[in-house]
Amino acid sequence: MQTRLNNSSFFSTLSQTLLTPVLALASLGVAQGAAQAAPLKAKVGIFLPMSGGTATFGEETNSGIQMAVQEINAQGKVKLELVLEDEKSEVTDSANAVKKLINVDKVDIVLGSVASSNTSAAAPIAQTAKVPLLTPASTNPDVTKKGEYISRICFIDDFQGLAMAKFAIDTLGAKTAALVTDSSSDYSIGLAKAFKDAFVERGGKITVEVSYQQKDQDFSSQLTRVRVKKPDVVFAPGYYTEIGNMIRQAKKMGVKNAKGVQTPFLGGDGWSSPKLYELGGDAIVGHYYSDHFSEEDTDPTVQDFVKRYQKKFKIIPGAMAALGYDSAYVVADAIIRAGGANDREKLMKAINSTKGLKGVTGVISLDQNRNASKPLVILETQRTRAAFKQRVAP
Amino acid sequence: LIDIDFAELTQYLINGLAQGAIYALIALGYTMVYGILQMINFAHGEFFMVGGMLGLLFIQRLHMPWYLGFPMAMLAVGGLAVLVERFCYRPLRNAGRIAPLITALGISIFILEAVRITAGAEPRSFPSVLEDKVYEFGSVVLQQNQIVILVVSLVLMAILHTIVMKTKVGRAMRALSVDFDACRLMGVNVDRIISLTFFIGATLAAVAGTLVGMYYNQVEPYMGQLAGLKAFTAAVLGGIGSIPGAVVGALFLGISEALVVGYGTSSYRDAIAFGILIVILMFRPWGLLGKPIREKV
Repeated sequence: MQTRLNNSSFFSTLSQTLLTPVLALASLGVAQGAAQAAPLKAKVGIFLPMSGGTATFGEETNSGIQMAVQEINAQGKVKLELVLEDEKSEVTDSANAVKKLINVDKVDIVLGSVASSNTSAAAPIAQTAKVPLLTPASTNPDVTKKGEYISRICFIDDFQGLAMAKFAIDTLGAKTAALVTDSSSDYSIGLAKAFKDAFVERGGKITVEVSYQQKDQDFSSQLTRVRVKKPDVVFAPGYYTEIGNMIRQAKKMGVKNAKGVQTPFLGGDGWSSPKLYELGGDAIVGHYYSDHFSEEDTDPTVQDFVKRYQKKFKIIPGAMAALGYDSAYVVADAIIRAGGANDREKLMKAINSTKGLKGVTGVISLDQNRNASKPLVILETQRTRAAFKQRVAP
Repeated sequence: LIDIDFAELTQYLINGLAQGAIYALIALGYTMVYGILQMINFAHGEFFMVGGMLGLLFIQRLHMPWYLGFPMAMLAVGGLAVLVERFCYRPLRNAGRIAPLITALGISIFILEAVRITAGAEPRSFPSVLEDKVYEFGSVVLQQNQIVILVVSLVLMAILHTIVMKTKVGRAMRALSVDFDACRLMGVNVDRIISLTFFIGATLAAVAGTLVGMYYNQVEPYMGQLAGLKAFTAAVLGGIGSIPGAVVGALFLGISEALVVGYGTSSYRDAIAFGILIVILMFRPWGLLGKPIREKV
């Protein structure tokens, strides 16, 4: 087994945790010979944006979950059955999808979604029905405040906003910033506020605040207002569809700082999509955003995941794929500790007491607010992908 | 400071004018069809969308140069509109007002879903047809794409004006909008004129679709819904049935949107735009340039 992993010290640290991707693969080999107890069965409902303005989030997350579940099922301890619903990047469809998963499909646990507004809309339904809802990627702090059945495996926006404000001031030397907020998204509003608070506290100045809404195509008026203020950075915590387009328009309109250099745009994990580069074109080079995961991470767990994901799906995994992958392992781990999925309360408590589970997005431990505290990475956009810039510890 | 404020205002006016010109191209189709048939063709926004999507298909997938791809997209959309009129609206021409209206909504959903299923719901990047060039006048920026939008729409409106006012076909169109039966008695080929009206309206919408692709760099199956609604609003604002009214209404709407976003907030953009519509229609129910008409008895 050790020769197969080619890294014995790495394996010994892993063996302390119950489930890891690498361990899962390793025990796959062992499981074939040994007789096993009947696997613990669970029905997992997934609601994700498989279409609409954030569709790549849904596709990636789903791929990550599918890959993890295949590994988990092959391992034999837990058998997960998946039911997928498309929430179409819409708030109402998210609520309906979760209603259907709980009432019609009778799932034991729900995974999803990505956009915080959509998860927030579904959360009260899961809370009332007492079905655990675990979100892989919704970062708005309020999402998990809907009740004890709602939890997440990612960091929250206060941390992203703080990290990007520090980065703007310390690394980019910014003194002034413009805020461009998606006013139809809880995520964007919350993240903009977190950035603003941290930036102002550290002596920075917000010179202009403008907003847009999802599905907008024309940002010329907002960018005109930004342009006359010549800010050092523009903080635009939106989703990739609008951001890609906005950055392309900003370049055309010549949004520059006081020295006449193109103003860099900064954002959060809502940028994390290959579509950003397609929609942004040549203008996308030289901007920064914070994310959960970088495929350039040299950690062997990450590299192993990237290799296997790439082999399976023929593309490099993004942060959403990594979070989806980890979320399925958190579910499997909780089911084993709860001794099954029939008792929803026990399952909820098992999820909320997840500790030290080493995933591909970092070590996952849920705190008393059911949030995970994990490091983030700051990435710099290049022509077709994002390059690792720095890591920020929580 | 005054200079900057003036420049900022000028910038909003330019941006609003470009957006308004696009609304105008779509609004013309609504108003022409309404003028003749007193029918609101709610599928019209989808002609705009199909124009943009086909423009992308021809240029990117089939690698046509834009001067070949765009006219082909126009002709295809014009053809689509003629087919829709022939097989979906014509059989219902004497079926009262509600049946064609509901049919139009159905056609709209049909076209939208057909495109969504074949092309996918994802927004797609539109290739840069022209260089992303800008001209700077002090701190005012004029994009090359904006000039193209304004010039193209002006030329098309001039052509449309000539067709409607100076040609035999145009005279027939104007006559149809006054009295259907009298036209038939005078030997006007009513069906042909109506087909032609749909064709012209749809090609203009298709041009708007490709211009939007060029200007905002992306097209998607859902783009026709809001744009169609805005253009319809513009047509009503200007006085539905009136061709100059549609243009004036559209420019008014485009500019007021740009100003609301610039000096107010984007959250109220649609609320204020439609609020203006309501106020104007309260005082002038026939629109800015429309004529008050008495119901024919």
